[in-house]
Amino acid sequence: MEKVKLTIDQKAVEVPKGTTILKAARTVGIEIPTLCYMHLEDLNIEHKPGGCRVCVVEVQGRKNLAPSCATEVSEGMIVNTHSIRVLNARKTVLELILSDHPKDCLICPKSGNCELQDLAIKMGIREIPYQDIAEMSTYRTDFSPAIIRDMNKCIMCRRCETMCNEFQTVGALSAINRGFMSVVAPAFEMDLEDSVCTYCGQCVAVCPTGALTEVDHTNRLIRDLANPAKTVIVQTAPAVRAALGEMFDLEPGTLVTGKMVAALRRLGFKYVFDTDFAADLTILEEGSELLDRLTRHLNGDKSVKLPILTSCCPGWVNFFESQFTDLLDIPSTARSPQQMFGSIAKTYFADKIDVKREDLIVVSIMPCLAKKYECTRDEFKVNGNPDVDYSISTRELGNLIKQANIDFHSLPDEEFDLPLGESTGAGVIFGATGGVIEAAVRTAYELFTKKTLDSVDFNELRGMDGIREATIDFAGTPINIGIAHGLGRARKLLEDIRNGKSHYHAIEIMACPGGCIGGGGQPLHHGNFEILKKRMEAIYREDQNKPIRKSHENPYIIKLYEEFLGKPLSDKSHKLLHTHYVDKRKKIIYI
Amino acid sequence: MSEYRIHLLVCGGTGCLSQSSHAVAESLIHEIKQQGLSDIAQVVSTGCFGLCEHGPVVKIIPDNTYYTHVKAEDAVEIVEEHVVKGRKVQRLLFKDPKTDKIITEPGELEAYKKQIRIALRNCGVVNPENIDEYIVRRGYEALGKVLAEMDPHQTIDIIKKSGLRGRGGGGFSTGLKWELTAINEADRKYVVCNADEGDPGAFMDRSILEGDPHSVIEAMAICGYCTGAGEGLVYIRAEYPLAIERLKTAIKQARNYGLLGKNIFGSDFSFDIDLRYGAGAFVCGEETALIHSMEGKRGEPTMKPPFPSVAGYLGKPTTVNNVETFANVPPIILNGHEWFSSIGTEKSKGTKVFALAGKVNNVGLIEVPMGITLREVIFEIGGGIKGGKKFKAVQTGGPSGGCLTEKHLDIPIDYDNLIAAGSMMGSGGMIVMDEDDCMVDMAKFFLEFTVDESCGKCAPCRIGNKRLFELLEKITKGNGVPEDIDRLVNLGNVIKDTSLCGLGQSSPNPVISMIRNFPDEYKAHVTDKKCPSGVCKALMVYEIIPENCVGCTACARACPVGAITGERKEVHTIDTSLCIKCGACMDRCKFNAVIVK
Amino acid sequence: MTKIKNMADLKKLKEQLQSDIKTEGKNVRPESLVHVKIAMATCSIASGSRETMNYLVDELEKRNIDAVVTQTGCMGYCYAEPTVEVTLPGKEPVVYGYVDHHKADEIIEKYIKNGILLEGIIPVNYRKIDD
Repeated sequence: MEKVKLTIDQKAVEVPKGTTILKAARTVGIEIPTLCYMHLEDLNIEHKPGGCRVCVVEVQGRKNLAPSCATEVSEGMIVNTHSIRVLNARKTVLELILSDHPKDCLICPKSGNCELQDLAIKMGIREIPYQDIAEMSTYRTDFSPAIIRDMNKCIMCRRCETMCNEFQTVGALSAINRGFMSVVAPAFEMDLEDSVCTYCGQCVAVCPTGALTEVDHTNRLIRDLANPAKTVIVQTAPAVRAALGEMFDLEPGTLVTGKMVAALRRLGFKYVFDTDFAADLTILEEGSELLDRLTRHLNGDKSVKLPILTSCCPGWVNFFESQFTDLLDIPSTARSPQQMFGSIAKTYFADKIDVKREDLIVVSIMPCLAKKYECTRDEFKVNGNPDVDYSISTRELGNLIKQANIDFHSLPDEEFDLPLGESTGAGVIFGATGGVIEAAVRTAYELFTKKTLDSVDFNELRGMDGIREATIDFAGTPINIGIAHGLGRARKLLEDIRNGKSHYHAIEIMACPGGCIGGGGQPLHHGNFEILKKRMEAIYREDQNKPIRKSHENPYIIKLYEEFLGKPLSDKSHKLLHTHYVDKRKKIIYI
Repeated sequence: MSEYRIHLLVCGGTGCLSQSSHAVAESLIHEIKQQGLSDIAQVVSTGCFGLCEHGPVVKIIPDNTYYTHVKAEDAVEIVEEHVVKGRKVQRLLFKDPKTDKIITEPGELEAYKKQIRIALRNCGVVNPENIDEYIVRRGYEALGKVLAEMDPHQTIDIIKKSGLRGRGGGGFSTGLKWELTAINEADRKYVVCNADEGDPGAFMDRSILEGDPHSVIEAMAICGYCTGAGEGLVYIRAEYPLAIERLKTAIKQARNYGLLGKNIFGSDFSFDIDLRYGAGAFVCGEETALIHSMEGKRGEPTMKPPFPSVAGYLGKPTTVNNVETFANVPPIILNGHEWFSSIGTEKSKGTKVFALAGKVNNVGLIEVPMGITLREVIFEIGGGIKGGKKFKAVQTGGPSGGCLTEKHLDIPIDYDNLIAAGSMMGSGGMIVMDEDDCMVDMAKFFLEFTVDESCGKCAPCRIGNKRLFELLEKITKGNGVPEDIDRLVNLGNVIKDTSLCGLGQSSPNPVISMIRNFPDEYKAHVTDKKCPSGVCKALMVYEIIPENCVGCTACARACPVGAITGERKEVHTIDTSLCIKCGACMDRCKFNAVIVK
Repeated sequence: MTKIKNMADLKKLKEQLQSDIKTEGKNVRPESLVHVKIAMATCSIASGSRETMNYLVDELEKRNIDAVVTQTGCMGYCYAEPTVEVTLPGKEPVVYGYVDHHKADEIIEKYIKNGILLEGIIPVNYRKIDD
């Protein structure tokens, strides 16, 4: 590759042609501050709009300062990254940004975790000029069930736009208005709730300030736990245990299942259950649905819709409900594990412990922001009482444990409660991309072929590639499986289906990169796939360590069917464990 | 028909009027009557000849005699000698100041050389909705010539040698721009005409499209041939409905003649043009923002490189030129680069169209050769300052340019001189200011525009211009402190230094240049809390001069807030704490007793 | 409509047009007629040039004057809109400014009919390419 020689801060640098000044400087240990710039290397996203102008540097012979994030090096270039001219400009620009930013750091949800705050500290800003005259650009705060948009704190870095439009192809957010009043918002400044937003939370995950944050239920949870009239139980999603440790400075990929259970018990939950149990239940329902459609298809029934699409991911459900409304009859009707858990908890389990539905509070710990929305959906309420009362994110749980002064590291490993805490390895792998379909294959194979699998590890379904496919031999019947994570990739598979070009029998889709382990509610990974890969390894390790690794062998699931549901796809199952999809475009307001 | 055999045209322009040309006309009429010539000679007063320095001017037709510096008492001689005897009055004849040669033909007049119409050659001459009239005036000959006789390389070479530079403000070599697109291999390429004219008060592009749309169409086709593009797009603001209509008509007519479409002039070259409408955002005049807007994206700029010549519309190599630039192309092809480069200065060739506006007598659309001075433009073509007021400053380059003063009046106008003087050519707005204009207020006016028109993408432009505006507002409201001037300059310079595109890189120019050229006026605002031009209301104080006041009570009766008190026939006084500075008292006073301080 | 397929076609068309400008379907010899051009740019129209044009077209017809009235683009004299250029057969064009109905009436009666120049002529103050 062609090399370019240049000088940065008197240091000789040699980098490949096409390198930016910012990256060239990093090769010799010169760190140029940035703000709007974002590089999610493994997602192949380099966001460099050149908007904040914090990373400007002086290039000899150039009239004005150059944004180092977006300026490529050239032969013989002489760059000065911290000259007085640069410092004055950089500081002035930062002061300008701060002059249009609320000064409520004391109570801001991002305080301590805010890139703007960090930069202000680094640049030694001790006063904000223009205070005497500065009008602020203010906007109405937009509360949705999952995400809060406080655009007074938006600095127009536009990272959220890149995630929403380029990576997820959702198109809910874009810059609107001009000049001083320009801001990122849904079209016509409508509420997020009325837009095509899927609540995948990828925007929240990249927002450098407190402009985009999750709806925080921590205080509500503390109040409920403090209320003796309520029985508060909790379910924890598989991906949480693989990432929660990072909140306590443990290495990414550290499995903290036992400590998490112990912490939840100390926080006062009456029962600590596992969403993995409901994942096993999902497999039985969804797997049976797959088998049903497959068998009918193989028998020549032309009315059967294939491929079947998984439906555990609420971000994904929102996506097809607003963007692929012609395909609403394709996804499995099985509810997500979170909702199956809630439904069973507030019927089967509530009866068992003799607690009235209204007095049972079901909380979920999720790696996800869309789950916060999902549990508010009307389909998942009985007489207005939700099956899952509310969902808190991995981040919120981590903070709550800290607030409660629980020394996470010294906690003993504890077990989940029974019966809704028992799960198989198949339930665990729901947390990683490809996991749901692998779990489904483990069960569907055995139910379809009536044979026992030699090995339950389907390595061909695992990995981090955006779109993957594999053909599984169901004893002579080849079953084609597609997998996508990230909605932009999902769109490709969906468009193939729409155009009749899809050859898959089943497709698993997760809205977030890596699946739930990279969810919008997880400790921030900043696009570093090494972290995601370690979380993924942890998930498969947990699976490996489970004595039972096939959902249909979960004894408490078997018992649940015997005692309560009858069999998969029974009338009761349909009522409690399945759902229907709505055309959300009808809800979206087009002005 | 008329029995008049001789007409005496007396200039009635403001310049000549101020030198009593009306008296000249009256004397001439009187003299003609005296001589009994009323049936054969007619005296007519006219608009400005553009010879203001030599006024009053009288032109005699049919023999095209120009008399200059004519006085009323000269009437006798003119009538007796010229009208009666047909002998020219030698001492009054207009002589070329340099050669001393007597001038009779308008073409020889220095004043007429002040304007030469190249880009505007057909405006006001042809019917823009009739392609035939364009063809009669050598229309599409340049395209035909290029296709028949020249290869793209040769054509680009002519444009390069002509020295034509972008008329939209950038001043980049047009030929070089074409070459940069031509050398990029691609399956598709585009030619884009930037008709997103946005400077307040500028309307040359609109005038060209409305008056001579075919010149732009022809030039775009030539550009397409040179760069290898088969499609042309005109990005035009939707607020120009007439220009859009005429352009559409012109495109249709050109297609009907086969001058657009497949195999033009029987060659292998095919080219067609489509329109794209802009919503009128100023920033979309910036070429990358324009391209994004055409693509249906938010109209905001992106970093260059990549330049549009490499990756433009839909990622394909694209040449973006302004309307006026295109309008210059056909005459260059027809008359040769030597002809074009003989006009203008060393580095800026040809002419520039200006929209002359503000406090000048002859507001208008003018086309002048590069190298003309501001003095010639303002005082001769423009006929001087309205109402005989004193010239104060002129803003070139619109809200992105700077203000120039008395001391810049004799600088030859070209791209580089204007930049050296702290302003820029811009797209050709020229706003003249007189002694009544306040330089703080004017800076605020221009900034208000850029604050509104910033796209909001980069922080310095989005927030910085707003803060500049707020600082100026603070000063005009009388709350300024001396440090505010330093703040304006530092902030302005950082905005220029750090902004993403040309909008932010130039938006502080008006305020910075006005502070530089009128430091005392700014100081007066922040230190003495006075607005010397009497524009900033908050800084004005109305007072009654006791010596002039007769106590008529007219002012007290006119005051809407009861701030004026005084007994009849006694001196009145204004309570400044109540005064809202509406000026009603001043208007009402017949004795010049009310003054503003 | 005829297609122009080469330079010879263009030249032929130009020559034909020069002697024979098409106006509203009827072929007329331009030299023998009064030519009236009205600036019809946006700013002209805003100043009332459309009304002026309609008036001139109607009145010239009513008063039985053989004239060709055409629109054109901006003449550059913004301060004096609406502007009208009148060319009498065999004479130099004359530009009048501020042409309202009253002025238009004067133009017809005095200048077009009798060749009497009116007050307020706008002298041409620029060179053309071919000058």
